Amino acid sequence: MAKMHVAMTVNGKQVEALAEPRMLLIHFLREELGLTGAHIGCDTSHCGACTVDLGGRSVKSCTVFVAQADGGEVTTIEGITGKGAALHPLQEAFRTHHGLQCGFCTPGMITRAMRLLAENPDPTDEEIRAGISGNLCRCTGYQNIVKAIRAAATTMAGAKEAAE
Amino acid sequence: MNDEVASAEERADKLQGLGSARKRVEDARFTQGKGDYVDDMKLKGMLHGDFVRSSHAHARIRGIDKDAALALPGVHAVLTAADLKPLNLHYMPTLAGDVQAVLAEEKVLFQGQEVAFIVADDRYVAADAVELVEVDYEPLPVMVDPLKAMDEGAPVLREDLAGKTEGAHGARRHHNHIFTWEVGDAEGTRAALDGAEVVAREFISYQRVHPCPLETCGCVASMDKVNGRLTVWGTFQAPHAVRTVASLISGIPEHKIRIVSPDIGGGFGNKVGVYPGYICAIVASIVTGVPIKWVEDRIENLTATAFARDYHMTGEIAATRDGRITALRAHVIADHGAFDACADPTKFPAGFFSICTGSYDVPVAHVTVDGVYSNKAPGGVAYRCSFRVTEASYFIERMVDVLARKLDIDPAELRLKNLIARDKFPYTSALGWEYDSGDYETAMRKALDAVDYKALRAEQANSRAAFARGETRVLMGIGVSLFTEIVGAGPIKNCDILGLGMFDSCEIRIHPTGSAIARLGTISQGQGHATTFAQILACEIGIPADNITIEEGDTDTAPYGLGTYGSRSTPVAGAATAMAGRKIRAKAQMIAGYLLEVHEGDLEWDVDRFRVKGAPERAKTMAEIAFAAYNQAIPGIEPGLEAVSYYDPPNMTYPFGAYVCVVDIDIDTGVTSTRRFYALDDCGTRINPMIIEGQVHGGLTEALAIAMGQELAYDETGNLGQSTLLDYFLPTAVETPVWETDHTVTPSPHHPIGAKGVGESPNVGGVSAFSNAVNDAFAHLGLTHTQMPHDHWRVWKTAERLGLTG
Repeated sequence: MAKMHVAMTVNGKQVEALAEPRMLLIHFLREELGLTGAHIGCDTSHCGACTVDLGGRSVKSCTVFVAQADGGEVTTIEGITGKGAALHPLQEAFRTHHGLQCGFCTPGMITRAMRLLAENPDPTDEEIRAGISGNLCRCTGYQNIVKAIRAAATTMAGAKEAAE
Repeated sequence: MNDEVASAEERADKLQGLGSARKRVEDARFTQGKGDYVDDMKLKGMLHGDFVRSSHAHARIRGIDKDAALALPGVHAVLTAADLKPLNLHYMPTLAGDVQAVLAEEKVLFQGQEVAFIVADDRYVAADAVELVEVDYEPLPVMVDPLKAMDEGAPVLREDLAGKTEGAHGARRHHNHIFTWEVGDAEGTRAALDGAEVVAREFISYQRVHPCPLETCGCVASMDKVNGRLTVWGTFQAPHAVRTVASLISGIPEHKIRIVSPDIGGGFGNKVGVYPGYICAIVASIVTGVPIKWVEDRIENLTATAFARDYHMTGEIAATRDGRITALRAHVIADHGAFDACADPTKFPAGFFSICTGSYDVPVAHVTVDGVYSNKAPGGVAYRCSFRVTEASYFIERMVDVLARKLDIDPAELRLKNLIARDKFPYTSALGWEYDSGDYETAMRKALDAVDYKALRAEQANSRAAFARGETRVLMGIGVSLFTEIVGAGPIKNCDILGLGMFDSCEIRIHPTGSAIARLGTISQGQGHATTFAQILACEIGIPADNITIEEGDTDTAPYGLGTYGSRSTPVAGAATAMAGRKIRAKAQMIAGYLLEVHEGDLEWDVDRFRVKGAPERAKTMAEIAFAAYNQAIPGIEPGLEAVSYYDPPNMTYPFGAYVCVVDIDIDTGVTSTRRFYALDDCGTRINPMIIEGQVHGGLTEALAIAMGQELAYDETGNLGQSTLLDYFLPTAVETPVWETDHTVTPSPHHPIGAKGVGESPNVGGVSAFSNAVNDAFAHLGLTHTQMPHDHWRVWKTAERLGLTG
C-alpha cells in the first residue's frame, strides 16, 4: 500500500516518517518510533492500555490512524517525567500507593490520569473513578490507583503553589 | 549511628524482610513505560504470524486455497496441517494427556480454531493475507450443551479418537466422554443421605469464563540455524515446562532450547497452556530462518486460548434437623471443549475439586466428575485459583446456603455450627485432604463482628417489610462465605504435570561485597516476586532486600521449576528460597567459626551476623563472611558462597477466609450495587502486607466480574457471543466498590516461613460471597438458587419469576 508522509511532535520532539495511511497511531508509536510504553490490550478501544495524549486530549491510539495525528502533538508515557532523574509525581504516587501490579495498563492509566488532573486538579474519588473508567486494570481493583491519583493531585497542587 | 552499635531492631528494619510493606522494585520501570513485554520485541529480520481461524463450530474442511494469499507481496508462507503433518506436528500433546490439533486437518471443532498460519512482513500484510485464504467448509451438527454431550445420538466430535475406549484417565464410555473421576465413599454417603433427617438438593452451574489478562498471549520464536539453538520469548507462566514440552514435541535437544518469559501483563491461568501459535511460530522460524512474532488479538484470546470453569454441579447435602451436616454428594458434568487441554496435575483430571467439603466437618462425602467434549474452545485453566478450587468452593458455599434455607437457620449460624474446630488441625477431610492449619471460628466471628452482622440482618428484615408494603423497590442481600483453598501444588508423590514433579527451586549466589542474586523457577506476572522473594531471603541471610536481585523466567539461567499458577509461588518457590537461604547461612556459620576462631556450635545468628555466644561483641556480619568466602583459603571449606534448593513440599497449604458482602438490588432494573464488601484473609505468615492487600483487591474485583457479569455463552450453532471487551465484562473503576480488607494469621506448620499464598483466595471466596448475597436478597420469597452471572437481565428475570416486577 502506498505510504504517506506524516509529521508530528512526539514527547516534544519533531518526528516525520512515511507510513501507510491505514496504520494505527499505536503501531506507529510502538513499531516505527520504538515507544513501547503504551500497550495494545483489546483492539476495540475498550481497555485504554494504548492511551496517549493527542492535542491535549486523551485518545486510545489503537483507534486513531496515524494520518489523523499528522501535524499533531502527542505525549506518551515516555514523555511524562519528573525533575531530573526523579519520577513524575503520578509515577511516584503509583509506586508509593501500590497502584500497579503487572504494569501493562499502567502507562495508559498514568497518561490518562495526567490529562484528568490537568482538566480537574482536585478531583473527588468519584470523579477519579469516572475519569479513568475508559482504562481497564485486571490486577489492582482500582482502589490503590484512585488513592495514587488523589495523592498525586495533592503533591502537584502543592508544587504548583510553591512555584507561584 | 554506625552499624556496629545499631540495635537488633534497627538492623532488622534495614533488611526490609518479612512483614515489611516494602515498595516494589518493579515499579520504577513499569510506571515509566519501560517494561519489557513480548510484543515490545523487535528482532532483526523478524516476520509476523497470524491465523486463519474457523468461522464454524463444527465442519469438515473440503479444501484450503492459499494461492491468493501466497501471491500477496510480503507474504512468505501459509502453513496448513498438510505442511505440519510430515513433521508430525499437526497435533500436539496437551497437559491433560489428550492431543490438540495445531492446525485443523480434516475437521474444525470450535469457532476460532486455527486452520492456517500466515507468515508475512508485518501484521498488516498478515491480516490482509488471512482474508485471502479460502477455506471450503461442510457444516456438521454442533454440540454445545455439555448435559447432552453423552446422549445416544450426540454428534461424534473427535473422529481422531475413533475406537479409543481408554483415555488418559481411564475408560471412555461414549464418543464424547473424556473421563470419569471418583473420590470418596459412595456407599457410606448414600446410606447417610438415605437416612438423613433433612436433605437439600440443588443444580449449580458455574458458567464458562475467561481469565482475560490485559496482555494477550504471544511469543517470538527464533531459530539460530548456525548453532542449532532455538530461543522462544513468550508469555509463559511455566517457562521450564514449555522448554521440556517443546523439546519432546520438536525433537530439538533440551539444551538447545532457551525459553524466556519477559515481563508478563497478567496471567490468571491464561498463560499456563501451550497454544498452536507457539508451535506455528517455532515451525515458521525453523522454515524461514528468521525470528517470527505471533501475538494474538483480543478476539483470538477470548475465542481460542484457555477458558475456565464450565462446571455443572448437582449437589445433595444431608443434615440433622438442628443443623449438623452429615453427608455431601456432588456429581459434575465438566465441559472441556473440543480437546482436553485442562491444566491440572496428571492424577487430578478434575483438579482439586474434592476440596468441596470446604471449611466444614463433613463426616462422609462422595464426588464424581464426568469430563465431556463439546464444540467449544479447549482450556479448563485455573482462572485465578488453584485447580478447580473456585468451582469446589462455590459449590459448597452455595450448598450450605441452600441447606440453611431448608433448615430455616441463618447461613452464618449454620457455618459456625459446622466449621472445622481449631483443635482438629491437622484435619483429614472425608475426601482425603490433610488441612495443615486453620482457625475458622476466629475468622468467622471477627468478620461478623466487623460488619455488625446482627444489625445488618435486622436492617434487612425492616427493608423486606418496607418492600412488602410497597415503600421501596430495593431488596437488600447479605452474602457470607467461609472458604478454604488448597494451593501450593505440590508434593511430588501425587502432583506432576506431564510427569514433571511439581517442586520448585531457588539458586542463590552471594557476591564478595555482600550483595546477592537469587534465581527461581517461578515467574511473576504482576505478583511482585522481585520484591517479596528478596524479603524472604533478607530474613534468612541478613542481607538487605535492596541488595538482593531476584531473577526469573530465563531457562538458561534459572533453576528448573514448574512456574507460577495455582498460588504455588510462595508455598513452593518461597519455601525453596528460605531453604536455599538456610544452606547459605549454614556455610556462613562455618566460615564465621573459622574467622572468629571458635567452634561453629558456639555461634548464634543475630539478624545479619553470627556472634559468639556469651560474647556478642565478637561477631562477623554476612557481608564480612561473604568477602572471606572469596578472598581467603579456609581449611576444609570450598571457596564461594552459593546454594541451591529444590523444594518438594510435604503438603499443600490451605489458606482460608471469611467474607461478607452486602448488595442492594433495584427490582425494576435488576441493577445490583455492592454496598459493602468485607474480606478477611488468612494466608499464614504475611510477607508484604501492601502486596497482600493489592492482591486481595484484585482478586475481589475478578470475583465481582465473574459473579456479576462474565460469561462465554455459545448459541446453538456454536457461535461465541462474547468475543470482544464490548461483550465480555471487565469491571471499570465505576462498578468496582471500595474493598475492606482484614486478616488473621495462622501459619502453615510445614512451610519454612509459615506462608500459605494469597493471590487467588479473594477470587475463590469472593464469587460465593457475591452470589450468596444476590440469592439471599430473594431468599424470603422462596428462592434457593439462581445461576451466575448475576447481571442485570438475569436478576430482573429472577424478580419477574417471583412476581415482583408487576
